[in-house]
Amino acid sequence: MKNSNKGLNHDEPILFEIGGMDKSGVDLNEPTFKENFIGECFEDREIGLPGLSEPESIRHYVRLSRKNYSIDAGLYPLGSCTMKHNPRLNEKLARLKGFSEIHPLQPLSTCQGALELIDEISTWLKELTGMQAVTMTPKAGAQGELCGMLAIKKAIEARNECHRTKVLVPDSAHGTNPATAAFLGFDVVTIKSDKNGRLNFDDFKENVDKNFAAAMITNPNTCGLFEDDIIEIANYIHDAGGYLYCDGANFNALVGKVRPGDLGIDAMHINLHKTFSTPHGGGGPGSGPVVFSDILKDFSPAPLLKKDEENYYLVENHNDKDIDKSFGRLCVFHGQMGMFVRALSYMMSHGSNGLRQVSEDAVLNANYIKSSLEDILTPAYEGYCMHEVLFNDDFLSGTGVETIDFAKALIDKGYHPMTIYFPLVVHGALLVEPTETESKNSIDQFIETIRELASKTQDGEDYFKKAPIYTPIRRLDETKAARNPVLRWQKNDVIAAE
Amino acid sequence: MRYLPLTKNNREEMLSTIGANNIDELFSNIAEKVSINPKFDLPNHKTEMEVEKHLSLLSDKNLHADNSHFFLGGGSYKHHIPASVDHIIQRSEFLTSYTPYQPEISQGTLQYLYEFQTQVSLLTGMDISNASMYDGSTAAAEAVSMAKRITKRNQVILSNTIHPHYADVIKTISGIKDSEFFYGRNFSIDIDYLLNEVDENTACVVVQNPDFFGSCYDLSSLAEFVQSKGALLIVVVTEVLSLGMMKSPGAMGADIVACEGQSLGNPMNFGGPYVGLLSTKNKYLRQIPGRIVGESEDVDGKKGFVLTLSAREQHIRREKATSNICTNSGLCSLAFTIHLTLLGEKGFKNLSRLNHESALNLKEKILKIPEFKLLNKSFFNEFTIELPIKGEVFVDRMAEKGVLAGIPVSRLINNNKELDNFIVVASTETNTEDDMNSYIEAAKEVL
Repeated sequence: MKNSNKGLNHDEPILFEIGGMDKSGVDLNEPTFKENFIGECFEDREIGLPGLSEPESIRHYVRLSRKNYSIDAGLYPLGSCTMKHNPRLNEKLARLKGFSEIHPLQPLSTCQGALELIDEISTWLKELTGMQAVTMTPKAGAQGELCGMLAIKKAIEARNECHRTKVLVPDSAHGTNPATAAFLGFDVVTIKSDKNGRLNFDDFKENVDKNFAAAMITNPNTCGLFEDDIIEIANYIHDAGGYLYCDGANFNALVGKVRPGDLGIDAMHINLHKTFSTPHGGGGPGSGPVVFSDILKDFSPAPLLKKDEENYYLVENHNDKDIDKSFGRLCVFHGQMGMFVRALSYMMSHGSNGLRQVSEDAVLNANYIKSSLEDILTPAYEGYCMHEVLFNDDFLSGTGVETIDFAKALIDKGYHPMTIYFPLVVHGALLVEPTETESKNSIDQFIETIRELASKTQDGEDYFKKAPIYTPIRRLDETKAARNPVLRWQKNDVIAAE
Repeated sequence: MRYLPLTKNNREEMLSTIGANNIDELFSNIAEKVSINPKFDLPNHKTEMEVEKHLSLLSDKNLHADNSHFFLGGGSYKHHIPASVDHIIQRSEFLTSYTPYQPEISQGTLQYLYEFQTQVSLLTGMDISNASMYDGSTAAAEAVSMAKRITKRNQVILSNTIHPHYADVIKTISGIKDSEFFYGRNFSIDIDYLLNEVDENTACVVVQNPDFFGSCYDLSSLAEFVQSKGALLIVVVTEVLSLGMMKSPGAMGADIVACEGQSLGNPMNFGGPYVGLLSTKNKYLRQIPGRIVGESEDVDGKKGFVLTLSAREQHIRREKATSNICTNSGLCSLAFTIHLTLLGEKGFKNLSRLNHESALNLKEKILKIPEFKLLNKSFFNEFTIELPIKGEVFVDRMAEKGVLAGIPVSRLINNNKELDNFIVVASTETNTEDDMNSYIEAAKEVL
């Protein structure tokens, strides 16, 4: 194999090119049984799984890891993703055997500590949001949305108003919102944003009719702005017999400072992997508990955690009396326990005073970036932002440089780019969320870098179109990947999808 | 506060750059509508030591697999995880990165997901796999939704021996009406029932293998029949290690396979996070939900990987997406793929056999107790026992003796009295001779 390494930047072949069928990194005893009890489907087949010894495995994955950007290595300003520091205490505690080595269906008398932990984190979430009930089972934010909308669907059925099928979603919403509503059979109607980046209340009202079921509103929204009319909107929704689902992805702007329960919402998911610091892990696992108002709480999914005089217990079957109105079940067990431990550790470490400081610093950092860049970039909206700041691409006009090029140039400068081309309501959007765990020094360097790049756009597009050049790999052909999908390694050649 | 870098001076300086007098000014538009800075009935911040102590006390209240004699399965299994797995997944670059939207600085994640997709496809005997789902149950639900989209039919038939909570998840997430949902809850799989129910309205038949009660089946003829009616066969696997001794679901003719991957690399965690595996045939590629990684090349012609086929996904298609899924189980799939790489072909099959051997040994010992009746005609690493007393009573009494003796079926199926005395018992490579002897001794005392 030709050596194309560059210093610390090593090429790493794929596992199937370096592993061996006769290799293993695990020592196991030899089984000695003579006859198996598998029955008719027993087969001693050749699977084709390459193995590596322990040193080779570690080298393979360590070399791969070095091709990744991470929050530990640098500012990760992905808007609406809340890439904050992940405290290592949380990792340590999630690995305590009393949490990691317990089975979801062991007798309840043997896991009271685990149930108590779920009760504690539930209490924190209800108190911080000012809501009446919480279900911990949703596996991620999108499943939280599903949970909230299923409860709403069930509530509508309970009222015998199944003609209510219309769900209003602002055009600035995350794609998961319309996808969730449509997945459940609702008719999605998109509501335009107004010139201030907020939901257009007039357009909204026009779309509320007898078929209106619910609205899904992100607050603060993905433009990084608080929906100022939220209370009026909530009242309007309730007067029309509908429900207000709030996408809580941006709760980091409000935690400890504002209670969503004071805003008239009926259900909201909370991404523990955003606001409450559980690691994103390269795309999961997440955790998306949902808080409910009184009118929806009876429709929560199984299981339900309860306590009698002495002990915690779970109501697990939806034909049980306590949860006979429940819409059903979202996952086989009780949700993402490993994430609950981490999130509770984070909440306790901050306390309610520290959590208020979290949202204040997050909002302060975003506004500081906005103020420091508004002369050279073009903010999409006037006024203060919340925890993230949105720019459009007006500042690039006439330079030949596009948002994507600007983002790729930022990579060469050692940064993960901000969220780009989202939300869709702003042309060539650049959405910057610094979070509260960046120091002023770190933010100043980021600002300096953006300023330098913004000035450089005046010198022509070449530099930007070529970027990135210092990465393990340069710009990839995404069209080719989608047209001729190669989704796995094959022994001889690659397979193409039919 | 140890996680917040800004100092008081920093904050003042930054406010002055912004031109705000105080922090609340940044929240003033909210304050006009609702009171900010509410008082919470919650404690203030705590030191690392205090938090550690509090959570350790909660942890200490639980009986766990390493301080008990442990025999539970039913979709969550105790296996030994090599030390290097947990070390690698805690590397910053894996632990603290986001979904690989910027491929130039995410090749680590993208490449291991490509390797993961290949490993999963090999295990299930299918053409292609996605980059993971939340867990086995949600993968099964997504598989059913997928089958409904592909066949444009609505009726779903579940085998009566599928994990009861999986059945609930499928019904809830795939939004199946009672009239279109066929599922009976009793012990043995009833192929005739499945065959009888399949007709021109059937989208799919869902079968778990090994099933909830531990029995293994050759599904080849069922697959043929189901497909002859224009429906799809979905095979659910909750114990992925069973694939080391069984015909693959693909070889038996499955159209979609949904597995729980927890057994490789991931601790039981009281039920999550886990990793769902979803595989299918090439022809259904564009109906598969979730993230998929594909190969491509960069501007210099160098091979690399990207997230692909995103035209199926919510962030592009919005209300027309195949699913609302966004996050998957990235880090759990990393643990899965590392463990499988460490095992390799030989290790995986060996581990599979050690599990079977352990269950065989337990069976031999248990059957020496005359009151115990084994119900299975086949099993991999778990089986169902009929007791002379209620299963719940038995496992509670056993727990008092430090033995987590199995799952009482009545905990999951509480409306079928015939199953009240059944427990599902698992034994894996982690169970020792001593564990098994302790089980027998305790059982003799409590019966």
